[in-house]
Amino acid sequence: MSEAPHGAPPAAKGQEILLLDGVSVRLSGRTILDRVGFQIAPGEFTGLIGSNGAGKTTLFRVILGLQAASAGRVLFGGPAHPHGHGRRHRRIGYVPQKFMFDPDVPLRARDLVSLGIDAQRLGVPLPSRSRRALVEEMLHAVDAERFADTRVGKLSGGEQQRVLIAHALIARPRLLLLDEPLANLDLGSAHEVVALLARIAREQEVAVLISAHEINPLLPVMDRIVYLAAGRAISGTAEEVVRADVLSGLYGHHVDVLHVHGRVLIVAGAGEDTDLAGHEGVFPRSEVLS
Amino acid sequence: MFSGFMVNAWEVASIVAVVAGVVGFFTVMRGSAFAAHAIPNGSFAGAAGAILIGVNTLIGLAVFSLGGAMTIGLLGRRGRHDVATALTLVAMLALGALFLSFLVEYYAEVYSLLFGEVLGISPNEIAPTAILGALCILAVAILYRPLMLSSVLPDVGEARGISSFRMEMLFLAVLALATTMTVPVVGTLLIFSLMIGAPAAARSFTDRPLVAMGLSVAIALLIVWIAIAASYETNYPVGFFVGVGSAVSYTVGRLCAVWRNRRTAKPAARGGGLQSDAQIASNIVT
Amino acid sequence: MSHFLSPVFAPGFFESEAVHIALGVGTLVAVVTGVVGVFTVMRGQSFAGEAFGDLGTTGGAGAYFVGVGPLWGFVLGNVIAAGAMEAVGVQRVRGRDLATGIVLGAGIGLAALFLHLYTTGHSTTGATVTILFGSVFTISSATIPLILALSAVVLAVTLTIYRPLLLSSVNAEMASARGIPVRLVGVLYLLALALAAALAAITIGTILSTALIVGPAASALRITRRPLTALLTAAGIGVGAVWLGIVLAYDSYHWPPHGTIWPVSFFVVTLVFITYLLSGLPEARRRRQADRRSSASPVAQPATPS
Repeated sequence: MSEAPHGAPPAAKGQEILLLDGVSVRLSGRTILDRVGFQIAPGEFTGLIGSNGAGKTTLFRVILGLQAASAGRVLFGGPAHPHGHGRRHRRIGYVPQKFMFDPDVPLRARDLVSLGIDAQRLGVPLPSRSRRALVEEMLHAVDAERFADTRVGKLSGGEQQRVLIAHALIARPRLLLLDEPLANLDLGSAHEVVALLARIAREQEVAVLISAHEINPLLPVMDRIVYLAAGRAISGTAEEVVRADVLSGLYGHHVDVLHVHGRVLIVAGAGEDTDLAGHEGVFPRSEVLS
Repeated sequence: MFSGFMVNAWEVASIVAVVAGVVGFFTVMRGSAFAAHAIPNGSFAGAAGAILIGVNTLIGLAVFSLGGAMTIGLLGRRGRHDVATALTLVAMLALGALFLSFLVEYYAEVYSLLFGEVLGISPNEIAPTAILGALCILAVAILYRPLMLSSVLPDVGEARGISSFRMEMLFLAVLALATTMTVPVVGTLLIFSLMIGAPAAARSFTDRPLVAMGLSVAIALLIVWIAIAASYETNYPVGFFVGVGSAVSYTVGRLCAVWRNRRTAKPAARGGGLQSDAQIASNIVT
Repeated sequence: MSHFLSPVFAPGFFESEAVHIALGVGTLVAVVTGVVGVFTVMRGQSFAGEAFGDLGTTGGAGAYFVGVGPLWGFVLGNVIAAGAMEAVGVQRVRGRDLATGIVLGAGIGLAALFLHLYTTGHSTTGATVTILFGSVFTISSATIPLILALSAVVLAVTLTIYRPLLLSSVNAEMASARGIPVRLVGVLYLLALALAAALAAITIGTILSTALIVGPAASALRITRRPLTALLTAAGIGVGAVWLGIVLAYDSYHWPPHGTIWPVSFFVVTLVFITYLLSGLPEARRRRQADRRSSASPVAQPATPS
């Protein structure tokens, strides 16, 4: 359930590049997403925050067209692609959470990025100067020139991630979707990646939607938050959403928001049992949620 | 050895090697070694059946490899598909055993079906082999880009509208087609070793995909030519030399890869403490 | 009595010594492979069956070439294969499949050579077929002691390590945490599998041997969750398939084309396959009912929204 945030106006109608309205997903009798709605304006940096099991991956799959919504609609705004509105034409770049590259696979970082230009088209790509230039530009944008000619499978996880970002960006998407890019990183590296993404969003003029379960690394750069808990969502700016009263309403039980040493801690209150519809797992008493 | 009926052998075997190199490149990339092993096994029944009813063996091979490939693809959608695949191909082999039992006088045909036969190739087999081979290569060229992405990053491919399932089925169909035209030369039991040995070796020598495919073809040609020459001289079956030759090239490739790894220092792990799954997995010792 | 049963059992069935041997050996082999097969399926090691099939071919062909009975060749070939698999086992899954495939290719190539050398030296041409597709009716009574010994060894080993094997097959980490030598158990099991595969090869041939190991076990595991029941069920299915296969093969002498029997291996494998398909029906029906139920369920009401 999205709210019109006080003060900051939402993107003017028709201007948003992504709009979700009342999206629900039910699988095997469980409600994974319950009437989720929010919108993303061009160039906006949005964080999809929620703990594991909250429904982030399902939401991404709905946006990408890999999962049908049981109810609600997903709209893509902006100028219509000349060839139609199918999944191939949604102009969304996607960086998955899990990727595994066999070090024996003969594919350099450069080749993977080049593949991103037009992988869905048939045929073999003919080498051309403009292709090379485009690939160089993207490699430069993600600071990957050093290892451009190394096999993807031999790169570190962080380096592979950057190559995947370049691969997604090179097709000039209007929206870049990253699934938990910070999940296995230490805090220092997380800040590096976030800074990189913010810079890319600015330079390439692309909206970014990142999912994460830790809110703090993203706080400095997010324009909007979509906070997901047990399949329900609230969207707005950080000031509007990350508040005890708002989050308590979302979770359905008392939640505290603490500001400690410049970080935000969201804690489920002690002595509260949880009884959230469709939520998996058990909350221990006084658990840090994010 | 370069005259008369041997010319046919050289021509057909070369076509077979090229196709095996091209299709094998993706077979190894997708980790489909088992399918490459299973489909020819199934096709054996088709060939035996064709001999039985007096039809061109190519037709029997084509029908059963395609059927086997589709079955493997469909069964692969659900979990636990290794059991289903294994049982399906064994069932087809059993059918082959049945047909075989009716073919009492055709021992030589059966042996060549299983292990390959190069010396008995007639000139009118060259054209169909060349046509089927060209079709295979054309199919791979057309599918190259989406197949590449779907093989390496299936999730990202799906997000772009490239259905992993459709790519798998199409690839299996190409594999079936390749099987059909290569089996008469190298045999059902051995074609898969050519299809995985050459590409596996090739990728140890280069990092670039298209170059790897080219090398894969070159190595396959080398293996097949040596096999034919050796078979001509010693009268031993071609399949023996192909099997051993593929193993040798794979080993050489492995050694080369190890040597290359030792030579180049790994790039300093920047980008944080994120270990890729491959690195974690390779550290796990049973 | 024979009048009454003659539609099912062709004349001479009960009197034939070849049939007696076939039934005896077949029953024993079915029990052994059923038992070992349950663990194979649980451990997801169906590819091992492929390896044993192909390298057993090499062993069998070598045995013919050297002039020994094929069973010895199967045993030796499979034990070597087991050793090779242990050596290769530490690598990543994809690397393992590739390496295994390469080794198999070389092995089959060698088998081709052995068979070629054997058949050029002898007039009989049935070696290839016998090795690959088995011939349970021509097992000589001289081989029976070896078959008995091998079966006894496999069953003894399997039953001795039953509980640690079960635990480490279900959850290897937990098993080693309990102090079970997972690696040793794995090696012993692999050897048992190698011998079981050799026995299956003698009955229905090397490249079909996977069917007896994997088929009844997979069907049994679909039907029941309890390990002991699964073992008994797998053995039962195997024995049933083998008996029925032998009966049908014997009868097929009178079927077209007259004068030759259909291979026992064909019947056994087909019966095993059909059983596997049938064993999947109850689960498929259950899944369809669950899908129907979930699509009709209403949305659960959420807790009080803000």
